[in-house]
Amino acid sequence: MLKINQLHKSYPIGDSSLHVLKGIDLDVESGEMVAIMGSSGSGKSTLLNIIGMLDEADSGDYILDDVPIKNLNEKKAAIYRNKFLGFIFQSFNLINYKNALENVALPLYYQGLKRKERQEKGKFHLKKVGLLDWAHHLPSELSGGQKQRVAIARALAANPKLLLADEPTGALDTTTSYEIMEFLQQLNDEGKTILIVTHEEDIAEMCKRVVRLRDGIIMEDKKVNQVRASQYV
Amino acid sequence: MFDLDLWREIFQSMNKNRTRSILSGFTVAFAILLFTILIGIANGLGNTFQEGFADDAINAIFIRTGNTTKAYDGLQAGRRIQLKNEDFDFINEEYKDKIQYSTVRIFKNVNASYKGEKNNYSVRAVNPDHQFLEKSIMKDGRYISQLDLQNKSKFIVIGRLVEEDLFSKESALGEYINLSGIQYKVVGVFTDEGNDNEERIIYMPASTAQLLYGNNDYVDSITLGYNPDLSVDEAIAFSNKLTKRLKDRFSVAPTDQSAVRVFNMALQNKGVSQLQFGLGLIIIVIGLGTLIAGIVGISNIMIFIVKERTKEIGIRKALGAPPRKIVSLILLESIIITAITGYIGLVLGVAVLEWANPLLEDYFIKEAGVSKNIVITATIVLVLAGSLAGYLPAKKASKIKPIVALRND
Ligand SMILES: Nc1ncnc2c1ncn2[C@@H]1O[C@H](COP(=O)(O)OP(=O)(O)OP(=O)(O)O)[C@@H](O)[C@H]1O
Ligand SMILES: [Mg+2]
Repeated sequence: MLKINQLHKSYPIGDSSLHVLKGIDLDVESGEMVAIMGSSGSGKSTLLNIIGMLDEADSGDYILDDVPIKNLNEKKAAIYRNKFLGFIFQSFNLINYKNALENVALPLYYQGLKRKERQEKGKFHLKKVGLLDWAHHLPSELSGGQKQRVAIARALAANPKLLLADEPTGALDTTTSYEIMEFLQQLNDEGKTILIVTHEEDIAEMCKRVVRLRDGIIMEDKKVNQVRASQYV
Repeated sequence: MFDLDLWREIFQSMNKNRTRSILSGFTVAFAILLFTILIGIANGLGNTFQEGFADDAINAIFIRTGNTTKAYDGLQAGRRIQLKNEDFDFINEEYKDKIQYSTVRIFKNVNASYKGEKNNYSVRAVNPDHQFLEKSIMKDGRYISQLDLQNKSKFIVIGRLVEEDLFSKESALGEYINLSGIQYKVVGVFTDEGNDNEERIIYMPASTAQLLYGNNDYVDSITLGYNPDLSVDEAIAFSNKLTKRLKDRFSVAPTDQSAVRVFNMALQNKGVSQLQFGLGLIIIVIGLGTLIAGIVGISNIMIFIVKERTKEIGIRKALGAPPRKIVSLILLESIIITAITGYIGLVLGVAVLEWANPLLEDYFIKEAGVSKNIVITATIVLVLAGSLAGYLPAKKASKIKPIVALRND
C-alpha cells in the first residue's frame, strides 16, 4: 500500500532549522491498522501529513499505491488526496456552516458526482456511522463523538484506500473514544488500511501494529494482538 | 460551462455567512451610491449650462449704442449715438463674408386688445433673420418676411402666450389685433425654448414700426449671427474689429465703453466650453476616485474573507479541491457580491437623485441624473472590479499549503 524510504523533514526556525524526521523507513501493507506513537513533538503529525500529501518531505522516497509521490503540483495532489486518502482530525475539521450531510457529501462534489448521487452516498455513509437522523444538523448542534463520526463518514465517502487519523480520540472522553475505535476496527475488518496517530497506549493496543517514533527515527515497530474495542462499550 | 453546483456552493456560503456578505456588500453599495449621486449632480450642473444657452443662437453678436462718456475729435462728452438703417446696411455690406444672419431691433410697448381681451406687451420690430437668431419656433403660420419689410405691412407674429391671453383657446392666425390704436393682422404664432417672457413678445417688420412710430429710420440695436465657419478666436477678432470700425464711424473715443457696445456670445461660449471641460474633468476624477476607492474596499474585504476562510480552504483542499475550484469559489463570490450590491447602490442613487431633483433645481442643478450608458458602463466596471479585487486574494488562497491552512484557527 505505501512504502517510505529514508524520509527527512526539517522546519526552519529562525536562522537554524529543526530536523524533525531523520530518515524514516516504513512499509504498510493493504489491510493493516497501524498506530503511530511517540512523545509530543516527536514528529508523528509531521509524518502523517507527509503521507497524506498535506505536506512535503525534504528528501527520501514515498510511494503510495505504486505511485511515486514527488514534486506533485497542486492539481495532481488534489486528485490523489481525493481518490486515495481520507482524513480524520483531532479537531474534526467540519465546515461549520454546512450540515452533517453536506459535510459528508463534500468530497464527492470534488469527485464530480451528480448532486443526487452525492446525497445518496452521503446518506449511506451517515447511516453507517449511525447518524442518519442527524443529517440536517449543523456541526454546532452535535456532540464531540457525533462530530467525529460525521468526519469519519466524510473520510469514507470518497471510498479512499487509506484512512489517516491524527489523534481521532484526542478530544473525546474514554467511552466515546472506544466507540470511535470500535467503528474504525469494523472498517479495518472490512479491509480498509488505517493509520492512527495517538499517544494513548490503550488506543494503540486496539490497532494491529504499533510504530514508535523518537528523535526523528522509528525506534520500535511491532505487531500487537488487537484488543477489540467492542468489549468496553 | 454553467456549473450549478458551484453556484449552489457560493450561494450557500454567502447565505450562511450573511453578516459578512452584507458588510462587504455595504461598502460597494455605498461607493456606487456616492458615485451615482456625484455624477448625477455633475450632469445636472452641465444641463443648467446647456439650458442657459439653448435659448438664443450661440453665434450672436449684439450691438447697442448709448451716450458718449469722453470728449473726442472736438466733440463733447454726453452726445447721444443713434443707430440707423444706414448703419445696419453698412455693417452688412462691409462684413458680408463674416455674417450669417443680421437684424435690427426696435423696441416698443403696446396695449393690445382683441374683442374684450386687453393686455400690455413688448413689441420687437425686426428683420426676417431675427427668427434664427432668437431661435423662434413657428407654431402656426409664418414669420416676418422680406416682402413684409418692403411693403411695410401691418403684419405681426405673436408668441404662444400672447395667443393664449387674447384668444384663450382659439387660433389667432388671420385675426386682427389692435396695438395701441392700430390694427395688425396676425400672420404667425411662435414658441420658444427659453423662458416664458420670450413667448409674450410681438414681432413686426422693422420698416412698419419705423413708419408708424415716429416716421424715422432709427433702430435700437443690431444683432448679428457671425459665420459659423469662424473659430471662436476669429469671431472675437471680428467683433473687435467691428467695434473699432463703428467707434470710428461715430467719432467715439476708442476707450469709450458706453457709446458703442458690442457683446459677442463667442466670448461667453469660450467661458462655457471651458467650464464644461472642467466639469467633464471633475466627472472623470470623481468617477475614477470612487471606483478606485470601491476596488480597494472590495480587495480589502476579499483579503479579510480569505483570511477568515483559510481553515475552510484547508479542509476543502484536504478533501481534494483543485486550486481552480478554490479560485472560482472565492472569485465568483466576490463578483456576485459586487454586482448585486453595486446594482443596489446604483438603483438607490438614481432614486435619491429623482427624489432630490426638485430641491436641487434651487441650486441651479437641472435634471440631475445618470444616463443609461453610464449605468451600463458602471455595472460592467463593477463586475470587472469585483473580479480584479477577488482574483489576487483567490489566487493566493488557492496556493496556501493545506497543512498551513488547517493549522489556522
Ligand atoms: N510548521 C512548523 N514550523 C516549525 N516547526 C514545526 C512546524 N510543525 C511542526 N513543527 C515542530 O516539529 C516538531 C514535530 O511536530 P509534530 O506536530 O509532528 O509533533 P507530534 O509528534 O505530532 O506532537 P503532538 O503529540 O504534540 O501532536 C515539533 O517540535 C514542532 O514544534
Ligand atoms: Mg500531533
